[in-house]
Amino acid sequence: MKVLRTPLDEATVRSLKLGETVYLSGPIVTGRDEMHIRALEYADEGKDVPECLQGAVIFHCGPIMRRSDDGSWSVVAAGPTTSARMNRLEPEMIPTFNIRAIVGKGGMGRETAEAMRDYGCVYLAATGGAAVSLAEGLDRCVGVEWEDLGMAEAMWRFEANSLGPLIVAMDANGESLYEKVNSSLVRDV
Amino acid sequence: MTVIKLSEPVEDIVVNLLRLANTKLPADVGWALEAAAGWETSEVAYTQLGAIMENVKKAEHMGLPMCQDTGIPVFYVRGRFDSSIAAEIARGVERATREIPLRPNTVDPITRENHGDNLGEGMPLIHYIPTGDDFTEITVLPKGAGSENMTRLTMLNPADGIEGVKRFVVDAVLDAGGRPCPPSIVGVGIGGTSDRCVEMAKEALLIPLDEENPDPTLRKLEEELFVALNGSGLGPMGLGGSTTALGVRIRRCACHTASLPVAVNIGCWATRRASARITDHGVDYAQGAVL
Repeated sequence: MKVLRTPLDEATVRSLKLGETVYLSGPIVTGRDEMHIRALEYADEGKDVPECLQGAVIFHCGPIMRRSDDGSWSVVAAGPTTSARMNRLEPEMIPTFNIRAIVGKGGMGRETAEAMRDYGCVYLAATGGAAVSLAEGLDRCVGVEWEDLGMAEAMWRFEANSLGPLIVAMDANGESLYEKVNSSLVRDV
Repeated sequence: MTVIKLSEPVEDIVVNLLRLANTKLPADVGWALEAAAGWETSEVAYTQLGAIMENVKKAEHMGLPMCQDTGIPVFYVRGRFDSSIAAEIARGVERATREIPLRPNTVDPITRENHGDNLGEGMPLIHYIPTGDDFTEITVLPKGAGSENMTRLTMLNPADGIEGVKRFVVDAVLDAGGRPCPPSIVGVGIGGTSDRCVEMAKEALLIPLDEENPDPTLRKLEEELFVALNGSGLGPMGLGGSTTALGVRIRRCACHTASLPVAVNIGCWATRRASARITDHGVDYAQGAVL
């Protein structure tokens, strides 16, 4: 079992091979449409963006969270959301915040693949819907940013413990497993 | 009209239905996944199916939602009922959101404001099918956005025929790629008007996979589409493999002589459903329904 420790450095990211299975341990943040939009907007306007986003691993995920009586948060279910919704935003997000890995499902477009190649980032495919297992892998919630965006859209901060299995589905050479599968699809009826 | 004497409040039944649907995968879907794992030869695909089945077991054992996208719950009320049932279903949804818990998913379509209760204008969505039966049947299909966003409708020319229908369904599923969390259950509506066609495609997802289609023409079409989709190579999560569809279910109705409407509504591998049939004697729960 190949467990990578986050934050990831560029050399580690560039050494990952298309199709290999990895697990992640360490800091990871969630982000969907609204978090991406706000982060880029704030960066553009010179406003402060939470420190945890720098060099981060972003998990495309809107978890179900439960608040305990003492005010602390725990994760109930946390599978990946459809990454393609962030196709327009990720190519700018990667260089702006030095994002080293995206965890999601369904893959991302050519522009994102090229940003990953140019700046050293990978796309790790989590199993869609495997929300209870992946919540176990996220282990511990260490905070939340931009809670006003709502439970699904907020930036949740986790300390992951062997989050996975994750498939390297887009590597730092601009290769995409999704494109390979798509180009050889049999469309006979 | 006699209204069924309810043995327990509809609100409680709705909470039970949402809990059952979200935490326990219907048995027929589980069997289809196990069968798929048996024939799958791609290692990446096998990893995905393994992760799915392990997750299903954990969710059921721990009583937690198997997927964080607990969806928009779509309700179907059939049999005998009166108009008060809508408010009771709404109370059940609000309570289930807090108690299970479900993810608050409903937002204002323009402002994107989320009130945190899975209600809001026009919600919960309820389809009514009044019949003369001596029961009230409430069915829920929690529909996540990953699969729902891949919904397609086309108004084919009658001359496109059955080949045109097959082409459209296969393209809809393959163009969706990994986004709707395959292996999918593919719901298809053929005929009707545009609105009825889309409704039928979703209703088709309620039919258990082991329930044989009584219409031999549709049965053959379901089988042909199943073979075509699983021979496509898309695989679980769009990462390649021989398991793209767990099943294809088709509903049809008559249409205009100048139309051939076709709709596709994809159900993710976690096609969640639960049904309660309420009679004077009690409540029977199931995880599928033929409307």
